[in-house]
Amino acid sequence: MALLEIKNLHVALDDGTPIVKGVDLAVDTNEKHAIMGPNGSGKSTLSYALMGHPSYEITEGEILLDGQEISGLGADERAQKGLFLAFQYPHAIPGVTVTSFLRSAINAKRKAANGGEDDPIAVKEFRTEMLAAMEHLKVPRELAQRYLNDGFSGGEKKRVEILQMAMLKPRIAILDETDSGLDIDALKVVANGVNELVGPEMGALVITHYQRILNYITPDHVHVFVDGRIVASGGAELAQQLEAEGYEAFIPAGVGGEGA
Amino acid sequence: MSATENDVVKEIRSEYQYGFSNPDEAKDYFFKSGRGLSHEVVEAIAEHKNEPEWMRAFRHKALDYFYARPLPAWGGNVGEIDFDNIFYYIKPTENQVDKWEDLPSEILDTWDKLGIPEAEKKYLAGVGAQYESEVVYHKLQEDLEKKGVIFLDMDSALREHEDIVKQYMGTIIPSNDNKFSALNSAVWSGGSFIYVPPGVRIEMPLQAYFRINAENMGQFERTLIIVDEDAYVHYVEGCTAPIYSSDSLHSAVVEIIVKPRGRCRYTTIQNWSNNVYNLVTKRAVAYEGATMEWVDGNLGSKLTMKYPAIWLMGDHAHGEVLSIAFAGKGQHQDAGGKVVHVGKNTSSVITSKSISKDGGRAGYRGLLEVAKGATGSKSKVVCDALILDDESRSDTYPYIKVDENDVDLGHEATVSKIGEEQLFYLMSRGLSESEASAMIVSGFVEPITKELPLEYAVEMNRLIQLQMEGSVG
Repeated sequence: MALLEIKNLHVALDDGTPIVKGVDLAVDTNEKHAIMGPNGSGKSTLSYALMGHPSYEITEGEILLDGQEISGLGADERAQKGLFLAFQYPHAIPGVTVTSFLRSAINAKRKAANGGEDDPIAVKEFRTEMLAAMEHLKVPRELAQRYLNDGFSGGEKKRVEILQMAMLKPRIAILDETDSGLDIDALKVVANGVNELVGPEMGALVITHYQRILNYITPDHVHVFVDGRIVASGGAELAQQLEAEGYEAFIPAGVGGEGA
Repeated sequence: MSATENDVVKEIRSEYQYGFSNPDEAKDYFFKSGRGLSHEVVEAIAEHKNEPEWMRAFRHKALDYFYARPLPAWGGNVGEIDFDNIFYYIKPTENQVDKWEDLPSEILDTWDKLGIPEAEKKYLAGVGAQYESEVVYHKLQEDLEKKGVIFLDMDSALREHEDIVKQYMGTIIPSNDNKFSALNSAVWSGGSFIYVPPGVRIEMPLQAYFRINAENMGQFERTLIIVDEDAYVHYVEGCTAPIYSSDSLHSAVVEIIVKPRGRCRYTTIQNWSNNVYNLVTKRAVAYEGATMEWVDGNLGSKLTMKYPAIWLMGDHAHGEVLSIAFAGKGQHQDAGGKVVHVGKNTSSVITSKSISKDGGRAGYRGLLEVAKGATGSKSKVVCDALILDDESRSDTYPYIKVDENDVDLGHEATVSKIGEEQLFYLMSRGLSESEASAMIVSGFVEPITKELPLEYAVEMNRLIQLQMEGSVG
């Protein structure tokens, strides 16, 4: 049994509009999966629904983490169980430094792991870990004392998303179009982060519109996502095929790629 | 005094014999005026304190002003205050409750959650004013005395430094300034008095907290601070723990004089229990090259109306007002600041942050005035409101009056809500909804909390956390 199992997942908006229409997918540790799809295919909705965004309703199907159904849990509880979402557009939290945010997030996870009792990380240990991770991911030191995502460039935001991933040590990381709007250096930082963290402790699900990031993250599995469904799955070569031929070949007759 | 008044005073004073809370502590006598307000009550207070004739006259005249003035028709709803049902003077040993059991349980709970030390709790409750930092306090007092600094409660100051008190009291906020300053002038008791001689810089913040045995938690406290030329003081008052007052009206007056090139910072964090009307007049004058800074945090209370003011009288004087207001259920915070530019090349900054939650109402009310001749003046007003739910409300009333052309004024106002997306982002990192909201609110007020002494900033953030959990009444 894979760590994350998605079975016949259907997701609808608040108003009932169906977006994700029956997805089956299994992601295990030590695996890199890529979901590729055109704009409007429902990729981001899938990632939000997996993480537990309150605006998306799961109308059918299951999400199992370690065999346990998690679709009834809030985003906080899913995160505490090891799910992580790197956002396409990370939100700014003015007045809260990256350092203080990271420490609170780590402590929230530790508290959950400790049966709901506070178990804060020692200041020195936290500092050492953070500085090492920043150094490793080439995140400029000065970002640590800036307010989270407040006035950050696109590249800075994505680097800090990866820094969070490295510090929070999730078991399954979902990256939602983390590559969009990145220059080549930032793209490499993101890709290296994913490559290094995927291993016996973590698996990753990379959601993207473009093949570009897959030049740096070689996926074990590629899934083509069109109109709320996975329409084809294969190895890394499938990404190459998509790049060469476009999505048209994968769009079933009568379904518009921009629809829904 | 007429015979009738005499009789009344005698009658009031005859309550003494029943008033001892504990006969074993007879030396801790207390005195309580009857409910309601009258010239007899005012006379009894002055008599009891054995005040000089000019202060007695000051009080009586103020009471006439109080009677003559109508209630303010703006701000919050003060019409429900029952002036006849209030004790206007209670000796502090009896000001608060005698026993722990008499304190409302939500107050005790909050103190526990804030981790307030036992001794501080007792201090806050007015139960035996012994505080463990007595040694620190005495050391501080000695150092200050050597430098010529006077730091006393106002009643002692009137006894020991009558000339200075007489010279300045009521000069910045005349007793007829408004209905509540008139009330305070008539029945004031307690508060702080500080005089800092020329050139003396007090690096450690002076805290009312250290000033044990003083009447600083009174309902009608009166504070007077004089910072002489080139001197500096930072005065800190209050605490983030809720202050329990069994009486429902708190009306203080704070007057500050900052002489040329002096600097004064006055930090207040107050968290009144939800039954209190908190109607305070605070005003400072800053002379040439002087700096005045108000840092004012308002939590709790039923209604707070407070607009710390600065009159920039001298050229190149500078003023700052930093204000935080947090309005929860059933609360109305009408806070802000006033700056009047009179001197040339004067500058000011007003920063206001208000938060409203659970149907609370928080507002910014500010006045910025530039007098004719105040050329080269600069001012910036920033007011930001954060509304946490659909039932809550925020108002902004920025009054601006400018009689000079050569000025540079800026005003920015924002109103925001905690967005679902922001919450989801933080929750996706493992924070609970209340932790996530508290983090957003703490970040919102950070520009002000970073100006607070560390222990206050920490308490402030803890209190916000408790407020977000909904566990504070």
